[in-house]
Amino acid sequence: MTFDEEYFNIGYLDRLSYRDTVVHRLDPRGKVIATMIFVITVISYPKYEVIPLVPFFIFPVLLITLSDTPFKFVLKKMLIVSPFAVFIGIFNPLFDTRAVTLADGVLISAGWISFLSLLIKFTLTTSSALLLIATTSFPGICTALQRLGVPAPFTSQLFFLYRYIFVLMEEAMRIVRARDLRSFGSRGTDIKVFVRLIGILFVRTVERAERIYNAMLSRGFRGHIPSMRQLRFTISDAIFVFLTIAFLSALRFFNITEMIGRFVQELAV
Amino acid sequence: MSHHLVAFDSVSFCYPDGTEALNGVSFRIIHGESVGIVGANGAGKSTILMHMNGYLLPSSGIITIGDLQLTKKTRQEIRRKVGMVFQNPDDQLFMPTVFDDVAFGPLNLGLPEEKVRERVDEVLKIVGCLSLKDKPPHHLSSGQKSSVAIASVIAMQPDILVMDEPASNLDPKSRRQLIEFLKDFEHTKVIASHDLDLILDVCKRCIVIRDGRIVADGLSHEILSDRGLLEENNLELPLSLQRVAYGNDKIMEGERWTT
Ligand SMILES: Nc1ncnc2c1ncn2[C@@H]1O[C@H](COP(=O)(O)OP(=O)(O)OP(=O)(O)O)[C@@H](O)[C@H]1O
Ligand SMILES: [Mg+2]
Repeated sequence: MTFDEEYFNIGYLDRLSYRDTVVHRLDPRGKVIATMIFVITVISYPKYEVIPLVPFFIFPVLLITLSDTPFKFVLKKMLIVSPFAVFIGIFNPLFDTRAVTLADGVLISAGWISFLSLLIKFTLTTSSALLLIATTSFPGICTALQRLGVPAPFTSQLFFLYRYIFVLMEEAMRIVRARDLRSFGSRGTDIKVFVRLIGILFVRTVERAERIYNAMLSRGFRGHIPSMRQLRFTISDAIFVFLTIAFLSALRFFNITEMIGRFVQELAV
Repeated sequence: MSHHLVAFDSVSFCYPDGTEALNGVSFRIIHGESVGIVGANGAGKSTILMHMNGYLLPSSGIITIGDLQLTKKTRQEIRRKVGMVFQNPDDQLFMPTVFDDVAFGPLNLGLPEEKVRERVDEVLKIVGCLSLKDKPPHHLSSGQKSSVAIASVIAMQPDILVMDEPASNLDPKSRRQLIEFLKDFEHTKVIASHDLDLILDVCKRCIVIRDGRIVADGLSHEILSDRGLLEENNLELPLSLQRVAYGNDKIMEGERWTT
């Protein structure tokens, strides 16, 4: 199995967030707000809209370029989760067979259009979420959420998720490695052993959780994680949020693509 | 001062699976004492230490920390006084960065932010990890994790410092720094370790455990030079004492070589 690879992949996403570019330097709160507004705007489009969604790709593309994130990496991550979107949308063309005319007179079932719209929405939202993590660092996002008023139990869960996903994966990696070292060929890798391994991993995790809690208590934990991470919301953050909102509402409330289309047509005439 | 006292009075402890890990352990550690706990693997050292901050409660017997008897009710209070470094540093570093982790305790104690910053820098310097301040724990080596775990506990300036194998992952220089720090630490300290040289350097008193019982309790330099006792307990003379014991032979050998 490529467990090790998966582990290093998560580590890679984490490492990306430690770089230093214009996008990385923006205040996490600004980025969280901008991403949220972006996602809501994209989702708010009715299910048969396709063309008006296209200009929204400017947002992720701009972020990828400015933050110097490897395009292939983002693409690969999205391909991994794309089956979910395909499964959700694949029945649309089957059930929704109403015919619609495309511009040049070709007939197509409405289901295909809503399927396409769903895929575009999926691509836009996941890529922006992915970029948020790749440019902000997970703890940064947690702190931002905390400062934006998300209740402490949620944000502390996220903190621990980030810290212990690595420990847990290392633990699993050690167990899998230990098994592989002592199982020659296929013996020892069958499903029965696998189930036992999962059991061991679970028990170890529970025990570890207890020890961690104990360590926290002995350092004065009383249900609230203190944070000293300093966030500075500067002029450039304000400009960033303002531009994003302006850009998104322009796209949402004026049909830009149609306007451009008409403009080009008029030029041609 | 009675508030840094650690007293065990015929403490026994049975793990839920029936393993009898402690069997009538009694000792009394007074304020400012430094005590090493040694013994073979599985002798019960970690089990004793885990009683000191109430992680485990004795099956029978009485434990007193400071002026409090250890019970379910008092253990929260006791934990505030006892700084505990565990055998596995991953359990101890739970915050996203080294800085956050070391600052966690002092912030919970209610120190103002600049004070916390100062203290974090100070303790990270002691363990030689100041340059790792902004790193996440999962990007550290095991030894670095151990050092940071130690820093995060001493940042709380506990009255009683309890350490389980603090030096097992450290390189010689970090180990030396830790020893120097422990020598200067004037409050009560209890250290379980197989590193007998560290115990000899840091602890005046030494307790030997075997199968959950105390088999010896006395001055470190006496106990740790008793070869018979140590070998009965799967231990060896500390290296520094081996050199003294064999020193004369070695010199003679050396003379033979040169002539
Ligand atoms: N969670 C547990 N459940 C059951 N038995 C345990 C548990 N932890 C330890 N033991 C048993 O209790 C005894 C004492 O263990 P302890 O961990 O205190 O040893 P130790 O002196 O710290 O050894 P080491 O030098 O290897 O760290 C051992 O026999 C061990 O098998
Ligand atoms: Mg132990």
